[in-house]
Amino acid sequence: MADTAAAPPKPSSSVKLVLLGEAAVGKSSLVLRFVNNDFQENKEPTIGAAFLTQKSHLPHRTIKFEIWDTAGQERFASLAPMYYRNAQSALVVYDLTKPTSLVKAKHWVAELQRQASPGIVIALVGNKLDLTNEDATVSREANSGEGADAVGGEVAEEGGDARKISTKEGREYAEEEGLLFFETSAKTGVSVQEVFTAIANAIPETQMKGAKGPGATGAGTGQTALGSERVNLNQRAEGAKEGCAC
Amino acid sequence: MGHDGEDSLATSEGGEELANDRSKATSPPRDGEDESTIRVLKEEGAETSSKVESSTISQARFQSLETEQEYRPPLPPRPTNVNLLREGSYSPKSSLQRSRKTSRPQLLSTATTALSRTDIHTQSYQDGSRETFDASAQTTPPSKATAAFGSIKRIKDLSGSEGGDSASVKSYAPSLETGGDVESLLGEVLGASQESPAWRLHSTQNGALNPFDSVAYEDDEATVDFYREFDEIGAVAADGENEEQLLNQWKSKRKHFLILSSAGKPIYNRHGDDNLISGYIGIIQTIISFYEGAHDQLKGFTAAGARFVVMSQGPLYLVAISKLGENDLQLRVQLEALYMQILSTLTLPNLTHMFSNRPSTDLRRPLQGTEPLLSALADTFTRGSPPTLLSALECLKVRKTHRQVINDTLLRTRCETLLYGLIVASGRLVSVVRPRKHSLHPSDLQLIFNMLFEARGVKAGGGENWIPLCLPGFNKNGYLYMYVSFVSAYESGGEEGREGQNETGKPDDIAILLISANKESFYDLRKMRDSLVEELEANGSMAIIKSAVRRGRPTATDIVPGTVLRHFLYKSRANVQFTMPSYEPSFTTLLAKRRLLSLYHALHASVHAKNAHLKVHHCISRESISLAWVTPLFELYCVAGPHASRNALAQSANKVIQWVRREEERVFIIGGAVF
Repeated sequence: MADTAAAPPKPSSSVKLVLLGEAAVGKSSLVLRFVNNDFQENKEPTIGAAFLTQKSHLPHRTIKFEIWDTAGQERFASLAPMYYRNAQSALVVYDLTKPTSLVKAKHWVAELQRQASPGIVIALVGNKLDLTNEDATVSREANSGEGADAVGGEVAEEGGDARKISTKEGREYAEEEGLLFFETSAKTGVSVQEVFTAIANAIPETQMKGAKGPGATGAGTGQTALGSERVNLNQRAEGAKEGCAC
Repeated sequence: MGHDGEDSLATSEGGEELANDRSKATSPPRDGEDESTIRVLKEEGAETSSKVESSTISQARFQSLETEQEYRPPLPPRPTNVNLLREGSYSPKSSLQRSRKTSRPQLLSTATTALSRTDIHTQSYQDGSRETFDASAQTTPPSKATAAFGSIKRIKDLSGSEGGDSASVKSYAPSLETGGDVESLLGEVLGASQESPAWRLHSTQNGALNPFDSVAYEDDEATVDFYREFDEIGAVAADGENEEQLLNQWKSKRKHFLILSSAGKPIYNRHGDDNLISGYIGIIQTIISFYEGAHDQLKGFTAAGARFVVMSQGPLYLVAISKLGENDLQLRVQLEALYMQILSTLTLPNLTHMFSNRPSTDLRRPLQGTEPLLSALADTFTRGSPPTLLSALECLKVRKTHRQVINDTLLRTRCETLLYGLIVASGRLVSVVRPRKHSLHPSDLQLIFNMLFEARGVKAGGGENWIPLCLPGFNKNGYLYMYVSFVSAYESGGEEGREGQNETGKPDDIAILLISANKESFYDLRKMRDSLVEELEANGSMAIIKSAVRRGRPTATDIVPGTVLRHFLYKSRANVQFTMPSYEPSFTTLLAKRRLLSLYHALHASVHAKNAHLKVHHCISRESISLAWVTPLFELYCVAGPHASRNALAQSANKVIQWVRREEERVFIIGGAVF
C-alpha cells in the first residue's frame, strides 16, 4: 500500500508465482534462466521446492516475483497446495517432446482451477523448444498467437524432430481453458522473459495491491517484515476460506 | 630395543595374507566340502551381523551431541587381565572351529598367546612411549622366546585350518603387535605375501618422495585408473553392439552398490544401466534367495578379489561389491547409509506399506529423482569418507567464546516452530540448536550434508529451499521440513579459496538449516533466518565463520610443529565427533586420498575386530608407518611417511592428543545450544 503511494519512480508490488509440472520438464531451468539468465545441462532434480525472487520491470510498475519452484516427482504432489495457495499466478510446464507431460500439465491446470484462488493467472508453457526443428523466429511468431504459424509449426514437426506435441494442440487447450500459452527454451532463452512479462501484465493491479504475498519483504530488511506479516496473515486466512468455498 | 623399520612389515602383510587365504578358501568350494564352506560363510555372516547390531546400538547411545552425562562408551565386557588374554586368543577361532578343535589345542594356544600378548605391549613400546602404553602391560614379561613361540604356534594353527578364514582379522590382530620379536619368524610362516587388492591399493614403490602420490604406480594395475572410477557408463546401443565393451567397463569399477527388492526388481545401481546388468541382478537375487529359502541368510562372500556384502532390510536387498579392501562391517555401515537415504525419502511406513500391498512394487518410481543423492553417497564411500568410517561428525574449528556467541544468537532468534537449527560450513558443523529432549543423530546429519554439499541439486537451484525429509535416526516414521539457504563464504571476488576448494571439492558455502515438524512454517523459518543472518553479521560471527572456512583445516605440521605425521584422524568417542588436519600437502590427489583412507580402513578394521581387544595397533609398510590407538575416550589413527621412526610417530601421536585436549572446545562442539 505504502509502495504504491510513496515510491516516486515506479510503484512496485509482489506477485506469488508457482511452477508446476511433471518431473524433468525444465521448471527449474526456466526459473534459472529468468532469475540468473543461466542454464545448466543435466541439472539435478529439485528436492522439495525452491523459493526464489526476481524483479520484473514493466513500463508502469515494478513487479517482484516470489517464485515457488516445486519438484515434479509424484511423491511431492501432496505438498503442492501449500505452494499454490494464495498464489496469483502459476506456470504449468510441459515438455514438447514428451506427450505424458502434457497430460500431467492438464491435471495441474484442473487442480489449480478447482483449488487455487479464483482469478489465478495460469500460463501453460511448452518447454525444450530447442529440441525441435523450429528456429527462434518461428516460435516467437507462434507464441504471438497467429493461427498460420501454428500450421508452420506442425509442418516442422513432420520434418522429423523430437517434437511430440504440436503448437496447435497446446494452444487449443490453452484457449479452451483460458490460459496464457507459450513455447519456450530455457536452454536458449527463447520466450522465457516473455512468459513472465505476460504474467505480470495479466495480473490486475488491484489484485496485486491486496496481494502482498507472504514473505513479501524478501531477504533482508527485518523492519518491514513485521508490517508485512500482518497483511500476510489476513491473506492466508482469506485464501483458506476461498479454498473451502470451492 | 631395536625393533623398528620394516620388521613389522611381515606382520601387517601377514594379516593380508590370511585375509587372502580366506578368499581362496571360500570362493572355490573344494570337493566334498561345499557344505562346510557354506557353513563357514554363514557363521561368519552371523558373527558380523551381531557386530553390526551392537554397533547400531552403540550409535544409538551416541546420539547426544552433549553426552558427558548420557554417554557410556559401549565397551565389550571387560574381563580381568588374565581372562582377557585367554579370550582374546581362542574366541576368534571358537566360532568357526568348534566342531573341529578339541579343547586341548585350545588350551594350549590360550596359554601361550597370553604370554605373548602381555609381553608385546611392554616390549614394543618401551622405547620412547612407555608412559603412554604401559597401562596395558602390567605383568612382567616372560622371555621373548616364549612369546615368539606362542604366537607362531597360533598362526600355524590358523593357517593350517580352513576355518581360520573368518578369524583372520581378529586373530592376526593380536599377533601383529608382536612386532619386533617375531617378525622374521612370522615371515617364514606366512610365506611371501600375496597381496590382496586392498593392499596393492596402497602399496607403492620404495623411496618415492611422497609415496601416496600417484606418480609411482605404473606397476599398480589396481589403482592407475582410479580416476576413471566415477566415469559414467554409456547406455547400451540398440543393436547391443557395444555391450561387451560396456560390460568390461562395468567390471573394471572397483566398487558397486546394488539395491533390489526381494522380488528381484532393480531399485538402484551405481554403475551401468539396467539393461546392461540385468543378468547380474538376476544372479545376485538368485544367490540371495537361495540362502533365504534355506532360512540361512547370506551375509557376504568373496569372489575374484571382490568382497560381496549383502544386507537385507525388510523388502530390500542392498549389496556392496568392493575391491577396495574394506571389511564387512565397514561396508555394512555404507549400505546402512544408503538404506537410510531411501528411508529419508519415503519413511519406513510408506516403504513397508508399498511392499505389503504389492510385493512386486517398482520402487524406482517413488524414488525418482533421488538417484543423485544415492550416487553422491556411494561415491563418497568409494572416495573414502572419514565421517562414515568413524560414524562421527566434523566441526568447524572456532574459538569457544565465538561459538558461544553463535549459539546464543541461534537461541535468541529461534522461532516457535523450530526443531533443530544448524549452521554448517563446507560440510563441517558450526553450531547447532536443539530441544533438550532431542539429540541429533550423526547418520541423519550425514544424509543432510550429503544432500547439501555432495549432491549438487539443492545448491544449484539457487534461492532458498524447503525440503521435506525423514530423518531416520530421529524418527523413521514421519517427515520433517528443512529450510535451507546458503551464504557464500566469499562475497566479493573471493580471495584465495584455493585450499578449501581443492581439499574438499565442495563449495565453501555456509548453509543455514532450520528444521521444523510443521510443513507450513516456511515463512516463519525464513524470517528467523533473516534475523539470524542479520544478527550474525552484526556481532561479527559471520565474519568469523567465513574466515574459518577460508582458512581451511590446519596441516599436520601446523598442529604439531616438525612432526613426522602426514595425517591423522582423531575421534572423540564421547562427542561422536572427529577432527583431522588438511589433506594437503601429501594427499591432494584423489588416488592419494583413497590410499590414505584405505589405510585408515585397515587400521580401523584391526582395532575394531571382534575380540581383538586391541589398544594400540602399529603397522609398517613400504609406504608408511601408521598407528591406531583406541581408548574409551578417543580413537586416534595416524600416518607418517615410511622413513619415520616408530618413536617419532608415537611422540607425535602424544602431541596430537595433547593438542586435542588443549583445543577440545574449539574443534568439537560440546553441549551445543539447547532450549
